[in-house]
Amino acid sequence: MSRLSVWLRRGLRALRHPLGGDGDADGARSDLVLVGGLVVGVYALFTVMALLGPFDGVGNVLSQLETVTLLVLVYVMLALALNLQWGYAGLLNLGVAGFMAIGAYTMAMLSAAPDATVPGLGLPLVVGIVGGFLAATLFGALTALPAIRLRADYLAIVTLAFSEIIRLVVRSEAASEFTIAGQRLGTGGANTFPLPPNPVKVLLYENPSEPLVAAVDSPTVAGDLMLEIADVFNLSASQAENILYTLLLLIPVGAFYLLLTRIGNSPFGRVLRAIREDELVAGSLGKNTRRFKITTFAVGCGLMGLAAILWQLQGQGRLSPGTFEPELTFFVFVALILGGSGSNTGSVVGGIVFAAVLLEGPRALKRVVDENFDVSADPDTIIEASQGVEPLFAYLLSDSSIEALRFIMLGVVLVYLMQRQPQGLLGHRRGQAATVSLPTREEEEP
Amino acid sequence: MAVRDNPGRVLSSLRVNLLPALLAVLGLVLLLDLGRRLVIGGLTLSALVRFLWTGLVRGMAIGLAGIGLSLTYSILGFANFAHGDYITVGAFAGWVTTFVVAGVGSVGLDLLVLVSSDASAGELGINVLSTPVAIAAGLVVAAGITALVTVALDRVVFRPMRDANGIALLIASVGVALALRYTLLILFSGSVRTLTTDVPTTAVGVGSGEVVFRAHDVTVVVLAGLLMLGTHLLLQYTKLGTAMRAMADNKELALVTGIPTERVVRTTWILGGALTGAAGFLIALQLGGMSTTLGWDRLLLVFAAVILGGVGSIYGAIVGGLIIGITIRLSLVWLPNELSIASAFVVLVFMLLVRPNGLLGGVETV
Repeated sequence: MSRLSVWLRRGLRALRHPLGGDGDADGARSDLVLVGGLVVGVYALFTVMALLGPFDGVGNVLSQLETVTLLVLVYVMLALALNLQWGYAGLLNLGVAGFMAIGAYTMAMLSAAPDATVPGLGLPLVVGIVGGFLAATLFGALTALPAIRLRADYLAIVTLAFSEIIRLVVRSEAASEFTIAGQRLGTGGANTFPLPPNPVKVLLYENPSEPLVAAVDSPTVAGDLMLEIADVFNLSASQAENILYTLLLLIPVGAFYLLLTRIGNSPFGRVLRAIREDELVAGSLGKNTRRFKITTFAVGCGLMGLAAILWQLQGQGRLSPGTFEPELTFFVFVALILGGSGSNTGSVVGGIVFAAVLLEGPRALKRVVDENFDVSADPDTIIEASQGVEPLFAYLLSDSSIEALRFIMLGVVLVYLMQRQPQGLLGHRRGQAATVSLPTREEEEP
Repeated sequence: MAVRDNPGRVLSSLRVNLLPALLAVLGLVLLLDLGRRLVIGGLTLSALVRFLWTGLVRGMAIGLAGIGLSLTYSILGFANFAHGDYITVGAFAGWVTTFVVAGVGSVGLDLLVLVSSDASAGELGINVLSTPVAIAAGLVVAAGITALVTVALDRVVFRPMRDANGIALLIASVGVALALRYTLLILFSGSVRTLTTDVPTTAVGVGSGEVVFRAHDVTVVVLAGLLMLGTHLLLQYTKLGTAMRAMADNKELALVTGIPTERVVRTTWILGGALTGAAGFLIALQLGGMSTTLGWDRLLLVFAAVILGGVGSIYGAIVGGLIIGITIRLSLVWLPNELSIASAFVVLVFMLLVRPNGLLGGVETV
């Protein structure tokens, strides 16, 4: 118990020095200002866009802000986990989506009811979440054990191949339903896997596993309260429930930041930075670099699995193998590189900027344009679209084109970052391998 | 200290000795099982020959696509994740041409350029025997356009980063891949279109059954083989091949020796891009259909082929492609269809663990 309190106290102290060697109280405060300002900016931007869009009451605006917030929180968690592997230890893991799939599907298979459409073991959700985290950690370790000694580019290809193997197996007919020791289990194959109700639903409704329409008829005390508040803001039950879930998600996100800052500032984190800078030197100083790398890889993968679980449990809660395509991995990389790999605050900033501006921004912008410009043309092909400005405009703003434009923008941003700003927005604060801040000491010397 | 180091040493000696032995045993067991199935009757001889033939067809296409990747991988020192989408560019450029040549004047313009959502070859009757000129024109244009696109992208994206490390280039190439694929998606929409109709076939009796040879499969094998032979001759008997080998070995030394490295890089992109575009066209010909994810879906297979054979060796890419192609098809003896691709990735992972330099690799040379 006392060990735990010491650990927590150190963690909190580390929070005040979140940037490793060169952090001080001022740095922490300016980080807080930076992140806070960014959040305020994002909210302001999205509120304006929601007001300009098809305005449908305060509840609608809140709901749109919730959508952005959820994505931001998910990508902050994922970027933080990837930062441990890529930013601290320099391990290029292109299998993020695969490890996320392992976490989410393990949780689902452990916790789904045995008589559900996709049968599971019916264990409590907590067991499922812990199991999913452990499974992702274990698979991370199993991948790292042989693969960690490979060159960085080969490691990237092996991990990408690994994540594709997982996705193909999950969506295969063979895995969709099978029996182990008389127990029916399955992944649902190419179909969706309905998840057990999330803790927020359990808190709010007497019969949380019922569809929402039926579940709202018998709310708990907390549910009653929430529905009343929802009424005030003209929110639907599902919107209110999602907002509550997203607010509660702040707790695990904070825990992620605390944990990773703590790891980063510990002697363990310093060894990782030393490995990143020069593995030979770290090895020569007697550090078993292989073991450090395997541990880091496994922990990072476990956290990715956990992030996927927390993400997928939201709302309706359905897993689909299509969610875990390699694009997801690249999304997380863009978020991390945008913020600056090597800095935890950078990961947070990157997650916010990526999810809000690059991922959700174009959609919100489209809603605004749809509402305010009356475009009558509806061309089916680019040839029809190229016959005038208005058809072209309409074509580029169609749902599928907006999605595609988003990806093109991502690609361009990635290339631009690698060419001009490879250290990202905050990457200059990668944190040093040394215990003391070397530049600071030089400044103090005269 | 000694105690702590021991597990590592034991592990690495396990890797060196035990893992290959285990894999050899596994291979032997699979081979014996194959024989058992042939004798007992779970697998007919004609089915086996069919698996091997379709494996060869796929392997030739993957190997051809792999040559370009292998060349740029060794000379520029990075894994190009945009390579899959170069394949797609080739397929679309080539097939637009084929459609235009085969159907000019007879059907609407938007059908010809494949953008109409119901674009199909039904009305054009494209196949290698009835419209050979259109197919040939498509192949040439596929190679040409893809070469141009790769050179242009090199100029814009990769050339400003010549001094960056391989990982930065790799990540930038992911960006190129996304931008390229989704540009194609906007231009051509995401639908899967049919390209060929009434493909001629010949049935040959094997054992108790028969094996059907499709004309397009034969075309792919013959054309890919000819292109590979041409590449071999080009690199073997011109100064270019020597210059590329020199650059792959030591860039600074090559520069000092007077090799115009930028020109060699450009030539490499042109050669690799042309072969990749041709491969994309042939893959679509063999499949008889395509969508904008054609190349991306095969990128990992091409990577597997290149790494399997050894980065930098064009013969390695070809051999690797054949191994991957035959693995995918032969795995159908044991695995369901949807997992056959995964089997190729498993082979890749094991190969990297046992022999990271590839079958013909070691030194990264052309």
